[in-house]
Formats: sequence, structure tokens, C-alpha cells
Amino acid sequence: MDLTELYQSVILENNRRPRNFRKLPTANRIASGNNPVCGDEITVYVQVEGDRIADISFQGAGCAISQASASVMTQRLKGRTLAEAEALFGRFKEIVTEGKPDEEDLDLSAFAGVHQFPARIKCATLGWHAAINAVHGESVTATTE
Amino acid sequence: MNPPIVASAPDWAALRADFPILDQTVHGRPLVYLDNGATTQKPRAVIEALVRYYERDNANVHRGVHELSYRATTAYEAARARAARFIHAGAPEEIIFTRGTTEGLNLIAYSFTSRLKPGDAILVTEMEHHSNLVPWQLLAERTGAKLLFVPITGDDGLLDLSHLDELLARNVKLFAFPQISNSLGTINPVAELCTRARRHGVVTVVDAAQSAGHLPIDVTALDCDFLAFSGHKMAGPTGIGVLYGRQALLETMAPFQGGGEMIASVQFDHSTWNKVPHKFEAGTPDIAGAVGLHAAMDYLDAIGRPAIAEHDGHLARDAYARLASVPGIRLFGPPGERGGLVSFSLAGAHPHDVVTFADQEGIALRGGHHCTQPLWRKLGVTATTRASFYLYNTAAEVDFLIEVIGRAARFFGG
Ligand SMILES: Cc1ncc(COP(=O)(O)O)c(C=O)c1O
Ligand SMILES: [Zn+2]
Repeated sequence: MDLTELYQSVILENNRRPRNFRKLPTANRIASGNNPVCGDEITVYVQVEGDRIADISFQGAGCAISQASASVMTQRLKGRTLAEAEALFGRFKEIVTEGKPDEEDLDLSAFAGVHQFPARIKCATLGWHAAINAVHGESVTATTE
Repeated sequence: MNPPIVASAPDWAALRADFPILDQTVHGRPLVYLDNGATTQKPRAVIEALVRYYERDNANVHRGVHELSYRATTAYEAARARAARFIHAGAPEEIIFTRGTTEGLNLIAYSFTSRLKPGDAILVTEMEHHSNLVPWQLLAERTGAKLLFVPITGDDGLLDLSHLDELLARNVKLFAFPQISNSLGTINPVAELCTRARRHGVVTVVDAAQSAGHLPIDVTALDCDFLAFSGHKMAGPTGIGVLYGRQALLETMAPFQGGGEMIASVQFDHSTWNKVPHKFEAGTPDIAGAVGLHAAMDYLDAIGRPAIAEHDGHLARDAYARLASVPGIRLFGPPGERGGLVSFSLAGAHPHDVVTFADQEGIALRGGHHCTQPLWRKLGVTATTRASFYLYNTAAEVDFLIEVIGRAARFFGG
């Protein structure tokens, strides 16, 4: 396959300039995940208000797929209800495991090429797992050091 | 069938044709196999030796008196004698067959449990493969001994030997180090390290996983106590390796695993041990693996290990020098003489993306920590990309590697 199918410009661009890449001083939920095969690491900071994700950010290091996916994720999840977030993750998992793009969500669909690289699916879902774990996790007070 | 004896400069292109696996395309491109540090490919001579053994001679060893058992035993012991010659050991009894380097190192660490006590120390280097670190950590835990480290100088990956004698004097009982670093390509001065250790009465353990198939090795001249290597990294099969041990030391050591083959006599409540090396080979060994390794040693020595070292060392030095001009690259290991591999990191391009990029071009590279996590932590990187060479790699493949890495740097760093 053509490499630009895997590394779509959305992915390259979000890897070079990740969005919401910072600690979130107002976060009340935090979770980390790592991918031992790749060495990817991601920490997601979430500010939950009621049943809504009021704000979300991440920090991490790793391959382009993992970092770009987390970056796109923060943009899609901000302002969503927790139920909407779960549904969106479900849709994203379908995209990266089955390669079926979602016409209505071009940014998430940029990751459809990942399904041809089974070893990299975990890279793409790492940030999402951390985010879902964070919103379901214990409430914490973020430290900003 | 033995490969032709090559008198002067080997015909590298003809030798490449001995490796059937190399003749294929990957993702539509000719395969460029540069992951030899992980495992090497096998020449037809080795594959045929395995087939011949299973088709004609297969039986268990040292047990039967029938014809096939005699043949299998003879082949297995001939491989042991060949391994002794391969590294200039004093006698075949000094060769223990193992599953590989890792098992050889674990055998020593296990057997030394009764010899170490709190206050003793085990000396290793900061460039250890996890295989030559974790067994010593476990030994330290079991005995209360502590681990000491010979530091490295920095990105150029040399051992800093300026305080070696002070370190050795700190109650060190064992000193383990690699002949060639799998992450840096550094060739360590094994003879000097062994001489200095001996002055302090310290037992030496050489991890020859990356060197045995590349450099001539003479354990008598190096004067090491132990040396371990793996068949699969030197054109031989997986599942077989060699641990060399000085005979006088082996005689005094406790066995590793218990079972058949390693005993002299067994009562219900106790047993007595077989002679060295059988004392350390419990159970049915990898007989076919030993036969395949024998063929691999013959193959390599028909070419000549000095010629192989010159060939893959030259490819690595050339790659190192030319990669230096790729924007954003950071190269590891010594700029001058080095083993047949190069590790690097690229600003803006993670090793796993570089490996995927290269794979689409048919190039097999390795990305990650290469089982030397503490080393990279010290150098402040989490992962690197590694190209490792062997006798069948060509200058044209290095050209292609340089071109593709340059393209990867632009693609991701852009
Ligand atoms: C320097 C070094 N030591 C030890 C090993 C372990 O070898 P094996 O996995 O064959 O036991 C390796 C293999 O990667 C190595 O490169
Ligand atoms: Zn990854």
C-alpha cells in the first residue's frame, strides 16, 4: 500500500503540531496508558462537569499514530457527554480495525489505513483507552507542579 | 555439501545466493534484510543439514545402542568438538549446548548462587542486553550481593575504563560484559578486560551473541572464564546455543537443571552428577540444532570470519558516515571501528514510524529499545532505529537505506 494511506496529512500534521498538548490545571480526572511494544506513552487530563467533558488535554511521547490519534481525540471529545464519548470511541475502533471510513467524520476517518497494520491498532487506540479510563476513574485533583 | 573454500577475497554476490530467503519481494519491493542483530538468515547448507538429519539419522542421544542412536550421538558430539574448535576451547568438554545466549548466562547465574554472599558484588556494564543484566539482578537478589556498573562515555558508546580497577577491587566475584554491543555496535577490548579482571581474581563472562558469527574468537587467547553465544545469530538454527566454560571451573559448579542425561546414578532420595559437560545438559537436547550449528560453523569458516568482520564492519562504518548528513539525526556508538550495526534516532520521526516506512520499501529494520532500556534511559532516548548487517548485505543496500532514511526524515519531519 501507499504510505500516505496510513500516514494521512491529518496524522502527520497532528503529530508535528499536537493540539491540546499540555497539562490541564482544571482537570479532575487523569489516566495514563502505555504501549509496551512501541514504547508509546500518553497521559490524558479531563475536566468532567456533570455528565459532560468540559475540557480535555494530553501529554505523551511515541509514534506518530499514537500522538496524532490522541490529538484528534481531544478535539472530538471536548464538550461531549460521557455517553457520546463512548459511542465515538466505538466508532473509532471500527474505523481502525475494519478500515471503514465514516463519511461524517473525516478526521477520525484519517486513521482508517491503520487497519492494514494490525501491530499499530494499539497505537491508535491508546489515547482513547486512557480517556475512557479517566472519565470512569476516581476523581482526582490535577497537580500542575 | 560444503560451500566452496574461498581462498582470497570472497565472492559476496555468489554467497548471497546461498540464502534462499533473500530472493523474495516484500510489499512489492526486493527484500533488504537489515535486522541481523535480531537473527540472521540461514544458508542452504544449514537448512539441508537439518533436513538430512531428520530424514536419515534422527534418534535420541547417549541412550540407545541401535544404529540410529549411535549416528545421532556421533553427530551431536561432533558438533560439540566443532564448537570447541570454532572458539579455540581447550577441549570439547568445555562446550555446553544451550538454547542460546540467554540460557547460557542464566546457567552461570544460577550455578553461582552458592558462591556469592552479602557484601560480594557482580560487575556488569551500562551497555548490557537485558539477557546479561536480569540474570545477575536475580542472582544479586538471591544472594544479597550487589550490582556494580562500568559506565559508558556517552553517545560514542565506549566503556569508560578509567575506574575499572577500583570497581574490580570492590569485592567483585563476577564481571560480565558484551564483546559487541547490540545497541551501539561498540567492540569491547575483551582480552584487556579479562586480564584486568584476572589480576583481581574475578571470574569473567563474555556475552558473544553479537560477535560469534562475525569475528574470530579464541577463548584461550582472550583468557575468559565463560563465553556465551546463540546459533541463530550466526547463520545457524534457532533453539541452539553454546556456553563455553573453563573446565576446572565447570567441574566445581552445581548443576543448572535436573533430569535425564545429567546424572551418573539416581537413588530415590539423591543422585550423583554425570561428568562435565553432560552435568549441565538435562533432558533431550536440540540435536538437530547442534547439527545445523555445525553446518553453520563450517559455512562461516569456509568464508573466513576476518573477511566477514571486514565486510559487515565496512557496511556499518559507511552507513554511519553517510547517515550523519541526514537532517535531525543522532547517531550512537563509536565513529570509527564498530561491529556490523548502526543505531540512530531522528528528530520528529519515532523509530516505529521509521520502521513502518522502511518496511513499505522492503527494508527490514528494528525499532525500539533493543533490550537495552537502562542504556537508552542514560542517554536520554526511549527508542532508536537499528540497521544491522551480515555477510550477504551489499553496498547497494546501504545506498538504498540512506536514501529511504533521508525520505523518512523529510516525510515525518517535513
Ligand atoms: C548482546 C546480546 N546478548 C544476548 C542476547 C540474547 O540472545 P538470545 O535471545 O539468542 O538468547 C542478544 C540477542 O538479542 C544480544 O544481542
Ligand atoms: Zn506506536
